[in-house]
Amino acid sequence: MIEITNLHKRFGDQVVLDGVNFDVLEGETVALLGPSGTGKSVLLKHINGLIRPDFGRVLVDGLEVARLNRKDLASLRTRVGYVFQNGALFDSMNVFENIRIGIVDSDHYRDRDYCAERVQRCLKLVNLAEDTSWKLPAELSGGMRKRVGIARAIAGEPKYLLYDEPTSGLDPVNADIIDNLVTRLAEELGVTSVTVTHDVRGAFRVADRIALLANGKIVLEGTKEEFMESSRPEVKAFLERDFENPSFAA
Amino acid sequence: MYVLHALAAVGRVTRMLAEFVRALAEWRIWVPRTIEEAYNVGIGSLFIILLVSGFAGAVTAMQAGYQFTGSIPIYIVGSLVVESIILELGPVLTALVLAGRIGARYAAELGTMRVTEQIDALESLGRSPASHLLVPRILACMLMIPVLTVLADVIGVVSGWYFSMQVLPITNSDFAYGARAFWRDFDAYYSVIKAFAFGLSIAVTSTYMGFSTQQGAEGVGKATTTAVVVSSVLILLLDTLLARVLLHG
Repeated sequence: MIEITNLHKRFGDQVVLDGVNFDVLEGETVALLGPSGTGKSVLLKHINGLIRPDFGRVLVDGLEVARLNRKDLASLRTRVGYVFQNGALFDSMNVFENIRIGIVDSDHYRDRDYCAERVQRCLKLVNLAEDTSWKLPAELSGGMRKRVGIARAIAGEPKYLLYDEPTSGLDPVNADIIDNLVTRLAEELGVTSVTVTHDVRGAFRVADRIALLANGKIVLEGTKEEFMESSRPEVKAFLERDFENPSFAA
Repeated sequence: MYVLHALAAVGRVTRMLAEFVRALAEWRIWVPRTIEEAYNVGIGSLFIILLVSGFAGAVTAMQAGYQFTGSIPIYIVGSLVVESIILELGPVLTALVLAGRIGARYAAELGTMRVTEQIDALESLGRSPASHLLVPRILACMLMIPVLTVLADVIGVVSGWYFSMQVLPITNSDFAYGARAFWRDFDAYYSVIKAFAFGLSIAVTSTYMGFSTQQGAEGVGKATTTAVVVSSVLILLLDTLLARVLLHG
């Protein structure tokens, strides 16, 4: 379980998170919605300790992330897969090595047969062909890069998966492929997922629960029905564009 | 304000070096990457280093011959070529060239990795950026820059000798006599000590600038330029400091 309590973060004079309270239960998929620049990615990076809070607590499986020593933090990170917005693939490594480095158990990492099998399994899970392994990231399309990023994140068999804008910059077809993937991985691997997005349609498709981050706070947390019925101005303003096309909630 | 910024930078460099020391325990990770980096630094820089030192030796010999006329014995050309190349031109020119070639590359590589979140990705996998990225680069520079400097010294002296023979009225035995006349074994050690210090300053400066890059492509450009400028200034400062301490201490 992930518990975030009264989280504050500022960069210089800019207050990004201003007392965020937010929980994610075991096995659920939560979508964290919000306009661009509201601190969704910053919030996500607090969960695996890439950013330290100014004030407040982030607990993962009861462990306070900011108080963990180096070894325990590294150990925690092996249980929390992180999918970066633009893939963050290592330019100098081919797809095989990019996924292999996600195998966090050092004995498994050194076992070539295990790695070959695991990389192929992860590529299959994200619907990529076997021969993709030998390509360099520069040879991949945007959608493929995101899928390799997901494959790397699941290679270490994490308990949690954090997705940072998994569909941003993709055309609707590729965005649907990624959304389906998020749903399928949650079902097949039983991972607890948090996906940060400003794509309402995608959030409604993948999430059991939705939270809206605005003005540094979670202003609404609930099911998609509760989200649609909310009369809060922040929610209405966020949904306004999509109300003209109500089919997104289908 | 500048003092505070400078102190903050010193603090961050110190923390980075502490990460370096801590990461040395993860030898399974850094050993293969260090060999790869050492190859890149050493073999990749060999041509330009030998070219620069060859020209430096030739020009030193010809200028010495031009200046030392009349009452100054010609064998002094041998002394001047050997001492100038080994004490100063070999290590300093090698370091300045490598500050441009290796320093810029490290800052740009790591800066790009920083702004494209590749360094965050390493951390998010529970892996240490220090053992994967920092240790191999620093050790490769510390190992290979002294080796390149020794080669530059040899080529510079050989080039100086060859051009002296071709251009000046000096014999082999005059040149050899001059070369031995003021030679001290410490001169060779001094050249290597300087190369080691320059290598460390290039590696630490450029990796620090790369790791602390911010703000996209513009930030990478700034980090790269700053890495080359600061490394070059540090090389000249260290050159003066080491001359004062080791030659006149």
